[in-house]
Amino acid sequence: MRYISLTPEERQLMLQAIGVEKTEDLFESIPVGVRLGRPVDLPEPLSESSLLADFKAMARKNACGDDFAYFLGAGAYHHFIPSVIDTLVSRSEYFTAYTPYQPEVSQGTLQAIFEYQTLIAQLTGMEVANASLYDGASALAEAVMMASRVTRRTRVLVPEALHPNYRKVLGTYTGNHLSVTSVPADSAGSMDPETVDALLDDRTAAVVVQSPNFFGVVEEMEELGRLAHRRRALLVAVTTEALSLGLLKPPGEMGADIVAGEGQSLGLPLSFGGPYLGLFATRDRYKRQMPGRLVGQTVDRKDRRGFVLTLSTREQHIRREKATSNICTNQGLCALAVSIFLSTLGKTGIRELAEQNLKKAHYLRRRLAGRLVFPGPVFNEMVLRVDDPESLNQELYREGIIGGLPLGTWFPSRRDQMLVCVTDQNTRRQIDRFIRVLQQSRVTV
Amino acid sequence: MTIPEGLRYTREHEWIRVLEEGRGRVGITHHAQDELGDVVFVELPRTGDELGGDDVFGTVESVKAVSDLYSPVSGRVTEVNESLEEQPELVNDDPYGEGWMIQVELSDPAELDGLMSAQEYASYVSEESGH
Amino acid sequence: MNRTSPVYNLNEPLIFEQSSPGKAAYSLPPLDVEDTPVEEILEPGLIRQEIRGFPEVSEVEIIRHYTRMSTWNYHIDLGMYPLGSCTMKYNPRLNERTARMPRIAMVHPMQEAALSQGNLKLIHRLQECLQELTGLDAVTLQPAAGSQGEMVGILMVRAHHEAQQRQRRYVLIPDSAHGTNPASAAIAGYQVVSIPSDSSGRIDIRVLRERMNQDVACLMLTNPNTLGIFESRIEEISRIVHDQGGLIYMDGANFNALMGYARPGDMGIDVLHLNLHKTFSTPHGGGGPGCGAVACRDLLAPYLPSPVIERDGSGYRANPDRPHSVGPVHAFHGNFGMMVRALTYILTCGGSGLKQITETAVLNANYIRARLQEYFHLPYPTPSMHEAVFSDKTLEPFGVKTLDVAKQLIDEGFHPPTIYFPLIVRGAMMIEPTESESKAELDAFVDAMIRIYHRAREDADAAHEAPRLAKRTRLDETRAARRPVLRWTPEEEA
Repeated sequence: MRYISLTPEERQLMLQAIGVEKTEDLFESIPVGVRLGRPVDLPEPLSESSLLADFKAMARKNACGDDFAYFLGAGAYHHFIPSVIDTLVSRSEYFTAYTPYQPEVSQGTLQAIFEYQTLIAQLTGMEVANASLYDGASALAEAVMMASRVTRRTRVLVPEALHPNYRKVLGTYTGNHLSVTSVPADSAGSMDPETVDALLDDRTAAVVVQSPNFFGVVEEMEELGRLAHRRRALLVAVTTEALSLGLLKPPGEMGADIVAGEGQSLGLPLSFGGPYLGLFATRDRYKRQMPGRLVGQTVDRKDRRGFVLTLSTREQHIRREKATSNICTNQGLCALAVSIFLSTLGKTGIRELAEQNLKKAHYLRRRLAGRLVFPGPVFNEMVLRVDDPESLNQELYREGIIGGLPLGTWFPSRRDQMLVCVTDQNTRRQIDRFIRVLQQSRVTV
Repeated sequence: MTIPEGLRYTREHEWIRVLEEGRGRVGITHHAQDELGDVVFVELPRTGDELGGDDVFGTVESVKAVSDLYSPVSGRVTEVNESLEEQPELVNDDPYGEGWMIQVELSDPAELDGLMSAQEYASYVSEESGH
Repeated sequence: MNRTSPVYNLNEPLIFEQSSPGKAAYSLPPLDVEDTPVEEILEPGLIRQEIRGFPEVSEVEIIRHYTRMSTWNYHIDLGMYPLGSCTMKYNPRLNERTARMPRIAMVHPMQEAALSQGNLKLIHRLQECLQELTGLDAVTLQPAAGSQGEMVGILMVRAHHEAQQRQRRYVLIPDSAHGTNPASAAIAGYQVVSIPSDSSGRIDIRVLRERMNQDVACLMLTNPNTLGIFESRIEEISRIVHDQGGLIYMDGANFNALMGYARPGDMGIDVLHLNLHKTFSTPHGGGGPGCGAVACRDLLAPYLPSPVIERDGSGYRANPDRPHSVGPVHAFHGNFGMMVRALTYILTCGGSGLKQITETAVLNANYIRARLQEYFHLPYPTPSMHEAVFSDKTLEPFGVKTLDVAKQLIDEGFHPPTIYFPLIVRGAMMIEPTESESKAELDAFVDAMIRIYHRAREDADAAHEAPRLAKRTRLDETRAARRPVLRWTPEEEA
């Protein structure tokens, strides 16, 4: 067993020091009735080479971004990832450390998170951010629960064009406390302020808006914010495509009180859905209602700048059942990757990368204008009308393309629609091929 | 430990000082702030809130602890100490003065009789800490 | 802030402070489609101004910045990291290699099941391994952390009682429990009733019997508990709870003490979560990501989060069609990358290796306990499993506290143990060495603790001044909390 460092002689010495004869004696507090009286029924240990062969065999049964052009987004995006990220997050100092409970020996992680908090605040246009949420969906759920704490109200309006998985996760988290009302999308695919206004009442804790929304449409949220605030409700903005913030006006400049989102686009591999990173940012006045950990700046006894976990009294280890959330750590390594991504691209790179997405998507959009379901503005995703999305995907697959998401599974009235994504990773040749297959398929518009 | 005469005290270590016209000012005792350590945040109610006797009217936080604040009497909150927002340390530095927390309009001044005098509070504290 | 220290990396400025216009650390391919101006695609009102204060640095500066900062972290590759109940064990490099295989890591979560058979199989295999290890019937790997797993477990308990048309209001939690337990119960809408520990450090059975009734949804226990003590009367506890129609939730944070020796499913546990980042060696990553697998009996399986990964003929599928599910807690399959690592670990160790790991973890903890108990007070003399909890009582006469011990350990070259937890031990020091440590490393740690003990008697002031050798001396947490500075702000705005 190569992960253990004791010799039989050392074990013997240690047992003597403890004062028992054999290791089994140390397990005597486990009553006989519940002991496992047989070996664990798992395979024998695998050598490093056999293990790798086993995993390669499984890997062969997957299609991946190395072999196919992806036109699939829907909450997880295939983007450029600079090489420096993996080099740095593979440093033992980061990935084999734990939560920075002891600040004097955790300044690396703490400063990195402090920088992350700053970067996310800047990106979202908000004042405070943290690195504690697991993914976009649970970040939204926590944001809605926070809005309910702040307003002491229990009703929330969510758009029809909210990512359906986010909607479900929100239901899992809040089913016992909050009532969720759906706001239908208008013909442009967006949230109509008049409809929202009609649904708002004095019990409403928050209006949730997703931008770009699940149909890819960029929402105008300023008016929604005004309407929500008039009723003393909060505006919760959520995004599944954080790269869009490199180009689109941030929610913080449009009246959002809490911003939640998925950070995967910012330097994290697709990894079959995780680990990803929940973005979470809010206004300074609500910082004490935030879920999860926060890092703050302070000084040491020699008056030198340093960083610590702070405002901990919100949290479960102190407030237990009255805590703002049950979250007890941060998504350290994912936040580090996102920090490195944002620092590497920087002020100009994030804009350029976002623009490439916009322009490539626009290229496709102009050529398939007749198939667009929604006329609203988009970033890198759009809904196209196609006759039979499933069989189109089969045809695309034969051409080396993973096609878009058939919407019928989620929205039964949209069986002839497909959510298509174009990112910086799609070359013009790929886009042209996608268009060709689409136009040649037996499609009636 | 300071326990000024003339104030009334609760078992949860709040004090109330009766002002003119049936109003009272409330804070936590020197002993309470000492137990808590450095106070970093005080959460207070809004002016106009109605409190019952023994209601939780807020919380006081140190770096690693939170304590609920209990109202010694019932009444309406007429004023809160806004300066604690910027300077929570006032609770440590001057618990009976600048570190006061809320002012209430007493709905039943007779409730004051149910609270402890300085002398009673002093012996309560020494009993509680087992001396 | 300038780098004022002669030690090169003692004062690394923030990335924002190193930024100057014109520097860049990236290169993108030229745009290969028509370059329509952004303003012609989007209304100007939707477009942002440049992001003020965003960094502009070179690639060299990126590498140096994060490398320098990294040197200020203690980490498991540097030495023993005895954080009790955190199970800071070695993180095998093979795990990292499999998790980064392109055909595993570059798979989109929404692509068709037919194109993801390898990854679905991988998840399914890990589910089966955990079923065997826990003795339970079904597993979900979706929860992204232990705390999320707890929430899922309690929601499943709730769903079970709702299906019985018998809504219950309370969850019983021992006073030694981790704070996430009550916080998770509260999210599920339950009121928490605390159960005290008896003088042996175990659940007080008499009180449990008193407080258990038909209004109690479940007992949430940790076994071994946070004192490192096995709940030996688990069979009796199980009867008391089940006789009243209640369920038992187990926090599996301390599962490293049980593998190959005992299975929760055989102890009457109905549902539990496991922290793959503890027992199954996935890295802690400065706090995450983790994976909080949940295992349960058949009785509760219908309520598992959807989708579940199941066999489908000769292949595998993610089945979302589960009418009784409590619903999903993650947008996709959960922290898949952690599952790859955990399966790599389990298959590398095999059943026999996992048992040896548990054996060694328990041996190591008991060795530390045996060597330290003459110096430090053991509040509960009950036998320890994989961790031992001491207190600072023997140092009290000298005015030296647990925090001082922790900070001195830093100067001795070790990460401190978990301190001031569990809450029922005043001045607690909770030491969990894990199986990773050699005898030499354990001895070095114990020797350091003994030096600290002697120093307390001789020079208490020095104890209060520690650490001296870390990047920073003790930090002012009061100041951080009184006037929170939670982000950098450009100087002209600050």
